[in-house]
Amino acid sequence: MDSLIRILKQNSAIPRADLARQIGLSEDDLAAKIVKLETNGTILGYHAVINREKWDTDAVTAVIEVRVTPEREGGFDRIANRIAGFEEVQSVYLMSGGHDLMVVVEGSNLREVASFVADKLSTIEAVQSCATHFRLKTYKENGILHAVEEAPERLAVSP
Amino acid sequence: MSSSRIAEHVRNIPRSGIRDFFEIVQSMKEVISLGIGEPDFVTPWHIREAAIYSLEKGKTGYTSNLGSPRLRRAIAKYVEQYFAVEYNPHDEIIVTVGVSEAIDLALRSLINPGDEVLYHEPCYVSYSPSIQLAGGVPVAVATRAKDEFSLRASDLEKVVTKRTRVLMLNFPTNPTGAVMPLEELKKIAAFAVKHDLVVLTDEIYSELTYDEVPHHSIAALPGMKERTLFLHGFSKAFAMTGWRIGYACGPADIIEAMMKIHQYSMLCASIMSQEAACEALERGQRAIERMKEEYRLRRNFIVSSLNEAGIPCHLPKGAFYVFPDIRGTGLSSKDFSLKLLDAKKVAVVPGTAFGPSGEGYVRCSYATGMNQIKLACQLIADFVKK
Repeated sequence: MDSLIRILKQNSAIPRADLARQIGLSEDDLAAKIVKLETNGTILGYHAVINREKWDTDAVTAVIEVRVTPEREGGFDRIANRIAGFEEVQSVYLMSGGHDLMVVVEGSNLREVASFVADKLSTIEAVQSCATHFRLKTYKENGILHAVEEAPERLAVSP
Repeated sequence: MSSSRIAEHVRNIPRSGIRDFFEIVQSMKEVISLGIGEPDFVTPWHIREAAIYSLEKGKTGYTSNLGSPRLRRAIAKYVEQYFAVEYNPHDEIIVTVGVSEAIDLALRSLINPGDEVLYHEPCYVSYSPSIQLAGGVPVAVATRAKDEFSLRASDLEKVVTKRTRVLMLNFPTNPTGAVMPLEELKKIAAFAVKHDLVVLTDEIYSELTYDEVPHHSIAALPGMKERTLFLHGFSKAFAMTGWRIGYACGPADIIEAMMKIHQYSMLCASIMSQEAACEALERGQRAIERMKEEYRLRRNFIVSSLNEAGIPCHLPKGAFYVFPDIRGTGLSSKDFSLKLLDAKKVAVVPGTAFGPSGEGYVRCSYATGMNQIKLACQLIADFVKK
């Protein structure tokens, strides 16, 4: 099971017939295993990693450090889920250190992100402060390098 | 120019079968090669970065003939941790330019003219020539597909003589991927003790065993350390072939003898490679595990695909080669490889490049990308159908 998850985490688009052969399962057994992982909530979804210099180049990503006042009942969870519910929000993490939540926001332009922070995020009552940092360039995302290295030359046959 | 000005013992070494084949492949375009005996992974970044840093710091001089003390200490620690054998970094370890140099030094240190050296076949291409160049007599012992190409002590007994001095082992094996079951390894150890042989064990693929098969080094068996040279390097598990860095661990008198040759021929291994090797030993485990898991998946894929195509192929437990049986095609190893190359532009290496007992087999390396392996398997299946 571990190697199945590891492979899908790295490349969820791998043809299922190839994957079955690699881990030594029939295609039916493999499909059943994957369905189980999906239904029990181990696998939550699948993504493509997009090179933003090739597609949707105007899109803006911001990482926002948010300080919030935790609630007597529920701590950070309710407020974090409330923030997570917005379409613009890609990720929300509870952090140790100088701020409480790290929120990754995506918008189609700068104005969209700015308006989200000003109108939605910072107006939530429990939110004490927001520090917004904009992404300038991506070098590596989800384990994938964005600069494609040319494969070094190898001998055609070697002992 | 007459060839007679070349020394006789060099002239007598036959051309490598793999070299002929390499030249044919090299002349063709867009070949999918399963013929490559080195990892397709680039050396892990943290190792490359450590080497760059060492250059920035100006580490560009010679090191001690035996290798830098820091690297020797790291080797001692690594070998103790993963192979359960203790060596003194002061006088029982020498750093060499790849395992190839270590083998050459060991043979030249141990062989008197006419001494016989036992080795198992099919095997790495350099063993027999290295023995000959050291003045020894190579004595090959064929391993069998039914034993999954592991070695049997009873076969060694048939060829041992009073002149036998050395036994060479290489498990996991290039080209078969064979590993030695512990029970059989113990019999080999008893054989070596009985005939008072020195054992050279080339452990270059030892990190690459799969399916929870543990690797056992003969050096770790009782009574063997004193008669065993443990040879290892960084090329395969750490994907560092081009750095040319390896080492030998063994009894101080043999290491001292090897050092004598090494100091006058090589002086020392490259300091940049030694610095990189330290980093590999100290922090390389995570990268090894990642590459090993990738090899395992590719191995499963290639074995399943070849068997489905009607080419019997056992599931090797180590290294990154499969050694399928192509006798069903009615072709010799060489003809199979040449015709496959000609018809489908897929390169595999004829089994006979690894000794006559490799006839009927070819070596396919799965140290290449999954897409290439998949395509090659489809093309081989098409080829076999016709």
